[in-house]
Amino acid sequence: MQPLIDTHIHLSRWPCRRLPLDETPSLVEALQSQGVVQAWAGSFDALLHNDIAGVNGRLAEECRRHASFLIPFGSVNPMLPDWQEDLRRCHEQFRMPGIRLHPNYHGYRLDDPVFGELLRLCAERKLAVQLSALMEDKRVQHRLLPVPPVDLAPLPEAMKRAPGVKLQLLNAFQVLRGELLLRLAAAGVCFETATIEGVGGVHKVLGQIPQERLLFGSHAPFFVFESAKLKLAESDLTAEQMKAVCEENARRFISL
Amino acid sequence: MIWDLHCHFSGVSGKTPQERMAQLIGFADRMGVERLCVYMGMSWSRDPSPEEFRKQNDDVLQALKDWSHRAFGFVYVNAKHVQESLEEINRCIGDGPMVGVKLWVAHNCRSEELDPIVRRTAELKAVIFQHTWLKTDGQEPAESTPMDLAQLASRHPEATILCGHTGGNWEIGIRAIRPFRNVFADTGGGDPAAGFVEMAVRELGAERVIFGSDIGGRSFASQLAKVVGADIPEASKKLILGENLKRLLTPILREKGVRL
Ligand SMILES: [Zn+2]
Repeated sequence: MQPLIDTHIHLSRWPCRRLPLDETPSLVEALQSQGVVQAWAGSFDALLHNDIAGVNGRLAEECRRHASFLIPFGSVNPMLPDWQEDLRRCHEQFRMPGIRLHPNYHGYRLDDPVFGELLRLCAERKLAVQLSALMEDKRVQHRLLPVPPVDLAPLPEAMKRAPGVKLQLLNAFQVLRGELLLRLAAAGVCFETATIEGVGGVHKVLGQIPQERLLFGSHAPFFVFESAKLKLAESDLTAEQMKAVCEENARRFISL
Repeated sequence: MIWDLHCHFSGVSGKTPQERMAQLIGFADRMGVERLCVYMGMSWSRDPSPEEFRKQNDDVLQALKDWSHRAFGFVYVNAKHVQESLEEINRCIGDGPMVGVKLWVAHNCRSEELDPIVRRTAELKAVIFQHTWLKTDGQEPAESTPMDLAQLASRHPEATILCGHTGGNWEIGIRAIRPFRNVFADTGGGDPAAGFVEMAVRELGAERVIFGSDIGGRSFASQLAKVVGADIPEASKKLILGENLKRLLTPILREKGVRL
């Protein structure tokens, strides 16, 4: 079995429903039984909790219980006072390889100067950045929680303020197409598989962006993990492409 | 055995329906899907004139010429044009090879214009597939919700009705159709949200849940995952992936002399 690094999972509880695998031990067991050898975890709590320091502390602790399998990606909300301290703790105290951002849940646009500043600090600290474009289809959101997807158009400009930043977009493929996708890929941005759709979708994406830019990601446990895995089977990929997407690109992404 | 309730001629290249089918079948083979129910998708027409829906159905008939061993056709109609829709159902199902009727977003399914269409479909032992979406961010003007479909189903206990997408917002859609034993949940078309199929099986029973993918805009992968990745018994997965649809189509297939 080709080992998989799942770059996109979540711990704790989705705010609007219980999920079949929202207990960490059962999630870890399910992922391992599917051939996942490492999973990069954020926390659902980061979406709505204002005590982000608490969220990140719990995430780090939960990942420590499954050390070397779960890799924590803490969150930073630059709309909160003293967010720089959260960033410092993610890096220095919890030794996380990167952070995960939710601009739409936290309420800022990518042309806000604070976003550029956050990217710059991450580049300086050599922290990888995962930016989640959306969590769920806007047609099915809870009526009291309509959160539109992140507008990614200002991203190329913002990245200019942070030379060398390692950036991966999560859940980008429902909102990102055409010229912007190509520009971001050319600027070194990475992506993941969770929201790739259409028959043979992974193959089609690899026809558009360099093979080094696509990482395996499932968005589990919100999405059924098997979705991402079956997409690899649906596309006719070369052995080299398969290895790159499943494992190698991810290893390269966080070994800065 | 995997049968797919919900397929369109989209997401692949090819000038003719046969060419597109050949590609879709290629993916179906990779994923172990044996049979595809096909309707619409060479182009899209949300409120088709009779000429337009006849053209869409000609596409399906053309595809079936080469692929009748792998595909079943559903006839696309518009309840705004009742007489022409009935004639089209007679042409494609009564006198033709198709086995189901597809209704989309042209006319809300609560309206009484659907009644003769549903009655004729049931007479022919065919199934009705009605698109439903309950959108948090706003419906299309005439778009049906699962609640609208429940209303229709309550008037037609004799018909076999498939609730397309289970309303997208499936937690609500499942509840809306729960009281109506003649309504079945289509799993196709939404994101592979975990828990959908588990809830559907819990509330409707596995016999009332049917796998559909909504390819080519969707992947077989994301849609199959909802079922194969669900925390339900293997026997339930078999029902959902094919046995239920086979059971619903058996009367009309038998009538048409289709050997399975
Ligand atoms: Zn469809």
